[in-house]
Amino acid sequence: MTAIAISLIDVTKTYLDRTVVDRFSFAVKKGECFGLLGPNGAGKSTIARMAVGMTPPDAGKITVLGAPVPAQARLARASIGVVPQFDDLDQAFTVRENLLVFGRYFNMSTRQIEAVIPSLLEFARLESKADARVAGLSGGMKRRLMLARALINDPQLLILDEPTTGLDPHARHLIWERLRSLLARGKTILLTTHFMEEAERLCDRLCVLEEGQKIAEGRPQGLIDEQIGCQVIEINGGNPQELRALIKTCAQRIEVSGETLFCYSSAPEQVRVQLRERTDLRLLQRPPNLEDVFLRLTGREMKD
Amino acid sequence: MWENYAAVLPANGWNWIAVWRRNYLAWKKAALVSILGNLADPMIYLFGLGTGLGFMVGRVEGMSYIAFLATGMVAASAMTASTFEIIYAAFARMRDQRSWEAILYTKMTLGDIVLGEVVWAATKALLAGTAIAVVAAILGYAVWSSILHIVPVIALTGIAFASLAMVVAALAPSYDYFIFYQTLILTPMLFLSGAVYPVTQLPGNVQQMATFLPLAHSIDLIRPAMFGRPAADVIFHLGILFIFGVLPFFVSTALLRRRLMS
Ligand SMILES: Nc1ncnc2c1ncn2[C@@H]1O[C@H](COP(=O)(O)OP(=O)(O)OP(=O)(O)O)[C@@H](O)[C@H]1O
Ligand SMILES: [Mg+2]
Repeated sequence: MTAIAISLIDVTKTYLDRTVVDRFSFAVKKGECFGLLGPNGAGKSTIARMAVGMTPPDAGKITVLGAPVPAQARLARASIGVVPQFDDLDQAFTVRENLLVFGRYFNMSTRQIEAVIPSLLEFARLESKADARVAGLSGGMKRRLMLARALINDPQLLILDEPTTGLDPHARHLIWERLRSLLARGKTILLTTHFMEEAERLCDRLCVLEEGQKIAEGRPQGLIDEQIGCQVIEINGGNPQELRALIKTCAQRIEVSGETLFCYSSAPEQVRVQLRERTDLRLLQRPPNLEDVFLRLTGREMKD
Repeated sequence: MWENYAAVLPANGWNWIAVWRRNYLAWKKAALVSILGNLADPMIYLFGLGTGLGFMVGRVEGMSYIAFLATGMVAASAMTASTFEIIYAAFARMRDQRSWEAILYTKMTLGDIVLGEVVWAATKALLAGTAIAVVAAILGYAVWSSILHIVPVIALTGIAFASLAMVVAALAPSYDYFIFYQTLILTPMLFLSGAVYPVTQLPGNVQQMATFLPLAHSIDLIRPAMFGRPAADVIFHLGILFIFGVLPFFVSTALLRRRLMS
């Protein structure tokens, strides 16, 4: 057995005339959490779908858990759990029935499935909802059930497409905590997200992509240090051009995005001194994050 | 290309059962309503047309008109039950509810799903068709022992129409398109296949068309059996129904692969 769970080599996907994934390569090691980070339409879901054999690439080579995909995708899928971007729970059924029905798609017997359901319900913190209809669950509960459902076959590898999009902070933290417990149990995770915070908290390594192309890859902190490596002051209010002239000398770099001016500086006190008189401005000083990396590399913010 | 198509064909001979069982579990919850709904419609036709028209028509092929119509209704209700299951219920699971996508992330292939849905639709056809045959037998319009012989024919009829409907569902952008299939294909087929009157009433060249209609072959097998007469060309009729079950199955799987997995 190799130590690589997923490998994509020069994978390209074209819809009509649009190349949505462009000669993309990456490798996910067993036991790590690998993130695909990018704005809407960057190609994250397309890559996730290609990795499970849901859609064939136009060029390139995909290997997942040792099996060539899509040709032998079924073989690989026996040990994969997938949470697609959009909930597709079976509305006709209760929480328990959803798990039961899904287990059968992995050729599990009713007895085998019933043996694992209690631990899955506990994992998803849905014990009290076991016999509730899926339609009545909150967004966070549905997402946790999706996660529990993806674990029914005790997969080695999880492919999670935006597991927390649309959830409130509390629900999101609960999912993050659950994902960390899966990593602690040795599972491999491929995660797509457009939340910087999610990527920073969970991913061992990640790839930032834009319009189907990889624009950076590495450890979250490594990327931040390498690309930014200093403090950030966000400045709101005032004329960006005028402000730029004012603080130019004490900043390494200045970016303007929308109404906000991002000032990257190793001497943030000096910037503050420069702007002391300007009571009309709102200043926020913070450590750099992946958002800044994206802004640096693309010249725009990832938030849509 | 060919390799990718092979990868979506049924993986083995039993995977489809998981899909069938999912539908069975959902159906069981509302079985009573569903059975009544499925039966009421053909029964109303049978007694409405059978008794009303029966007075005017008199005897047909040596049987009372209502007995004649009952044999046609067995096949026709199998056709409708199985078609509707695919174009409404299975289509909703495929498109609106994205259930198929969820299943595709498991050990199931697209072919397993299509097969499971087709066999499920045929199961509903079997229920609907057999129920009418039983009612006909109770009322003395059919020979009891014939039911054993027609059960496999009803099932095969269900498979054939489910497969055909699956092609339609694979191509239809929305529910609106199913109305064309119903009014332009299924309803004419009902009349051209001799479900409500003998095809001998029709002009010769129109009669010839019946050779290409699966429903006609189904009726050619069911009608003599229910009348307690020997059926002619059994293998030929079964063969045609079989082809209608198998070919559209592979075509629909290819079309659905393009639709869902491109
Ligand atoms: N089946 C398809 N046919 C045509 N175009 C498609 C198809 N699927 C995706 N696309 C296009 O490919 C591009 C990438 O889509 P994809 O869903 O992979 O992006 P994403 O990064 O997951 O975005 P999001 O954050 O919105 O989920 C988009 O522009 C999308 O419109
Ligand atoms: Mg997406």
